[in-house]
Amino acid sequence: MKGAIAVWWIGAGRAETPLLDGVRGSLETEYRLPVRLHVAADRPVDAYDVRRGQHASAKILSWLSGRAPAGSRRILGVTDADLFIPILTFVFGEAELHGHAAVVSTARLAGLEGTMADPELLAIRLAKECVHEVGHTFGLIHCRAPGCAMARSASLRDVDAKTGHLCAECRERFDDVLTKEARRHEPQEHPHPDRR
Amino acid sequence: MSRKNTRILIVDDEEIVRESLSGWLEKDGYTLGTAPDGMSALKAVDDGDWSILVVDLKMPGIDGLEVLKRVKEKHAEVAIVIMTAFATVDTAVRAMKLGAYDYIVKPFDPEELTLMIQKIVGQQALVRENLILRKALRREHRFHDIVSKSPLMRDVLELSKTAARSASTILILGDSGTGKEILARAIHMESPRADKPFVAVSCAALTETLLESELFGYEKGAFTGAAGRREGKFEAASGGTLFLDEIGDISPKLQLDLLRVLEERRVTRVGGTESVPVDVRIIAATNRDLGKTVEEGKFRQDLYYRLNVIAIRLPRLTERREDIPLLVDHFLEHLGVEMSRDVEGISAEAMALLMAHDWPGNVRELRNVLERGLVVAKTPVIQASDLGLVPGASGGGSDRPASLSEVEKRHIAAVLHHAGGNVSQAARILDIDRVTLYNKIRKFHLRDVEEHETVAEPEKT
Repeated sequence: MKGAIAVWWIGAGRAETPLLDGVRGSLETEYRLPVRLHVAADRPVDAYDVRRGQHASAKILSWLSGRAPAGSRRILGVTDADLFIPILTFVFGEAELHGHAAVVSTARLAGLEGTMADPELLAIRLAKECVHEVGHTFGLIHCRAPGCAMARSASLRDVDAKTGHLCAECRERFDDVLTKEARRHEPQEHPHPDRR
Repeated sequence: MSRKNTRILIVDDEEIVRESLSGWLEKDGYTLGTAPDGMSALKAVDDGDWSILVVDLKMPGIDGLEVLKRVKEKHAEVAIVIMTAFATVDTAVRAMKLGAYDYIVKPFDPEELTLMIQKIVGQQALVRENLILRKALRREHRFHDIVSKSPLMRDVLELSKTAARSASTILILGDSGTGKEILARAIHMESPRADKPFVAVSCAALTETLLESELFGYEKGAFTGAAGRREGKFEAASGGTLFLDEIGDISPKLQLDLLRVLEERRVTRVGGTESVPVDVRIIAATNRDLGKTVEEGKFRQDLYYRLNVIAIRLPRLTERREDIPLLVDHFLEHLGVEMSRDVEGISAEAMALLMAHDWPGNVRELRNVLERGLVVAKTPVIQASDLGLVPGASGGGSDRPASLSEVEKRHIAAVLHHAGGNVSQAARILDIDRVTLYNKIRKFHLRDVEEHETVAEPEKT
């Protein structure tokens, strides 16, 4: 589907349809763009760091970028692997700012290790983080407006404190980006040779 | 300041660390930069306006602590966070001693890093806001180079502003060091003559004949050595203001000459026959009681009336103690620039000492004390001990010379203060035994002085 956000399940476990449906619903509502779900055929195995026992999110982003379906507007990987960037103990997700790819993990969104995940809560948190990371690919930065999905999530407390919706200012910025992208993809008109 | 204006420099020899940390912080809207080693970090800091540095401890060449030390020497306002792979108490203590904002162990918890950066940005915003507010406050409390919020000075400055607009002669009265010349300059700057010269002459510094030729100028051959014509200060100040300091000290002959100039608005150069018209505004000043000098027959009454058209009395510093903090700020800002010293302020203890001092030399003495403090201070915050003021000593402000016993008392108090109240050390410096020193402390009631760090009653004369 041309101009769609591709959402790929790239986790080790089975793709949970209700979870991914929730992600699709949130992205469609927030970005008003078509969303296409897909379970990837292979996995970014090179992203695994033996020393840390975690997956390097930057490597996953490169992996996704290299495989994004032609014509897709953005690509979001959803995984159950625990993600990290070298300087931090973990990240819930990562995205290329003003870029194409984003990734979000369910690993830390379920809560403390060993505790039973509340599937509903996990779905809500995952949807929020997906809206957040995809927002970065559209150039949105962290926002301090109360409740905005673009608020920094450094802890589960932060994730729970925000909504899955963009604030008015972030929405306006997103609309601008979308308009610019649409203009870039419009076919160029040839100037009339007689017009001076 | 918006987050975009907060500039963060990441210094690490590992590219992956630089990239991932700058990528993470970029999403907070900060402006990020990176440097792969200590040397390029120092260059970047000199070239750019960075608010925060996040520096790796271990780097080849110049390491993190050295970067911290060198940056803090020149740019004390930059907050520096040290990153390390292994936390050791020793390194943490060294980093903090060198002025690091904090110390963080790699990999960081995302929340810890976010909160730390937010805290630094918040504190820097407060510092900036404070600076802006202080500047605004100073603008509100200033009249050219004079800063004050005291009601006494408010009256002085209001009268000065009104007087500045007129062409009338002004007589400024006040003790030494109260700022008579500074007020005269401010009046000149506020007057319609501001773009014309302000010429100051100290009447007490010159002999009668020198002062005469200084004021009125001379013609060629007027006296031995007068090789050519020279214009006097009256002519030099043409269109502007002539400030005659210590007017109470001039000789009877010059009093008469001056009276003539004031009446006729013309001067005759020494050795000359022609008079030339002068257009100057006279501001005279004295620390004497000119009225009393007139009564004693030492100053011409007619000249006194000529000068005393608008009289402005500058209060002593002790009459406007509430201005001391404002003046301290004002002087430290100027002295810091003049002496190329990084100065953040003075400690609370030092301020208490300044507030309690007798200030016989008034504002000028305060400036000198701060200058000394700035020279002696080892940190950007001047400490009480840097000021060289002895709690209890008035600095010789009394009118009569001190007795031997008073000098002894003052000296012992000074040495005790220097020794931080340590009697044994003070006795060693004074080269007397401890028992003798204890007896003297008791005799002069100095124990209280040291214990309460307050001043003994100023000596009444």
